[in-house]
Amino acid sequence: MLTKRIIPCLDIKNGRTVKGINFVDLRDAGDPVELAEIYAEAGADELVFLDISATEERRKTLAELVYHVAEKVNIPFTVGGGISSVEDVDVLLQNGADKVSINSSAIKNPPLINDLVAKFGSQCIVVAIDAKKIDGIWIVHLMGGKVPTELNLFDWAKEVEKRGAGEILFTSMNNDGTKNGFANKALARLSTELNIPIIASGGAGTMQHFTDTFLEGKADAALAASVFHFKEIEIVDLKKELKKNEIPVRL
Amino acid sequence: MKIVIINYGAGNIQSIKFAIKRLGYEAVLTDNVEEIKAADRVIFPGVGEASSAMTKLRKSGLDTLVPTLKQPVLGICLGMQLMCNSSEEGKTTGLGIFNIDVVKFITDVKVPQIGWNEIADLKSKLFAAIPEKSHIYMVHSFYAPLCKETIAVSGYGVNYSAALQEGNFYGTQFHPEKSSKVGEQILRNFLEM
Repeated sequence: MLTKRIIPCLDIKNGRTVKGINFVDLRDAGDPVELAEIYAEAGADELVFLDISATEERRKTLAELVYHVAEKVNIPFTVGGGISSVEDVDVLLQNGADKVSINSSAIKNPPLINDLVAKFGSQCIVVAIDAKKIDGIWIVHLMGGKVPTELNLFDWAKEVEKRGAGEILFTSMNNDGTKNGFANKALARLSTELNIPIIASGGAGTMQHFTDTFLEGKADAALAASVFHFKEIEIVDLKKELKKNEIPVRL
Repeated sequence: MKIVIINYGAGNIQSIKFAIKRLGYEAVLTDNVEEIKAADRVIFPGVGEASSAMTKLRKSGLDTLVPTLKQPVLGICLGMQLMCNSSEEGKTTGLGIFNIDVVKFITDVKVPQIGWNEIADLKSKLFAAIPEKSHIYMVHSFYAPLCKETIAVSGYGVNYSAALQEGNFYGTQFHPEKSSKVGEQILRNFLEM
């Protein structure tokens, strides 16, 4: 049986993990490769690296990071942040990334999804969607949720699927950072109306939240950052809890 | 030991190279016929779309070489699918090593299947020391149905071939290079069989 995936997300700036990671057993808290190895060992099913650098050298730095992660880590990983062309994706996949995630560039230039799928296959193209519920309507946002678009979440998600994306990473801006749980209603609707896997993101605070997003939100995978980075939740404990709730996991 | 990864421009080759390196071996990426023939182990990777991958393989002339190889050969993911008779994806004619036609997952499951599934009914020395129901990482929209070459079974809507074997030819639908310790053991079994 296909299991539900638990995915820690690492924010990367200039090739280093962004501060705020509280691992006592880490030799170098800023080293994404070491952190990735620890998560792989701890039972993470996949990893996501989200690059938030804004420097001239960012492409080269990210490609080097991908190479070093691929060298050490024996589970799949996705890279996102600032990816806007076929060439960008080519470099990252050649350096050993399993998937890439695109967000703003897909909104600005939707045919990019088709181009990437044609060249690399659906299986490695994740489209990340940030959306905020405003007056009862889920509106897609740009720039990490700062800039609203005119796109409705569900319409955009369907277009993304139609253009061939292999997976959707949906972050609810209403839930992100709240630790009050995932946006399960919207997730369940996405999961029901679409036929590609949906990754839930934004709002993880407790183990119960993961159970809820798999059962009520019908999510295929759940992504979180701080609850894992600050060791508020250990992945192995989380998976045992999920298994107790009859959610299939890899233990 | 000389290990080659067939280079025909289709696949996440870097990850396979690294996985082999983590096991203490070196793999060479090549499209050279003589080098492939002389190798102790051949890995046939593949990611992406079947018909364009097959076109690339034909262009390189390696489509006629692969079925004649005598040493252990391991096809991974699309590599395994191309070793079958045909694929529904792009109406592709395959290498015909495994006597089965690859078809698409049907409606009641999400496609592609992405994630960790189990392997069961393990039948080959490829799976030495691998417990039944071990988890492996799969990413695919098309699958090989169960057949006489099936050496591992997974379920996703239907039961299908997670791995195939015919003589010296092995194929895994899953990615051993991305399947944590279980995958490492399977790769080690292939290299040390």
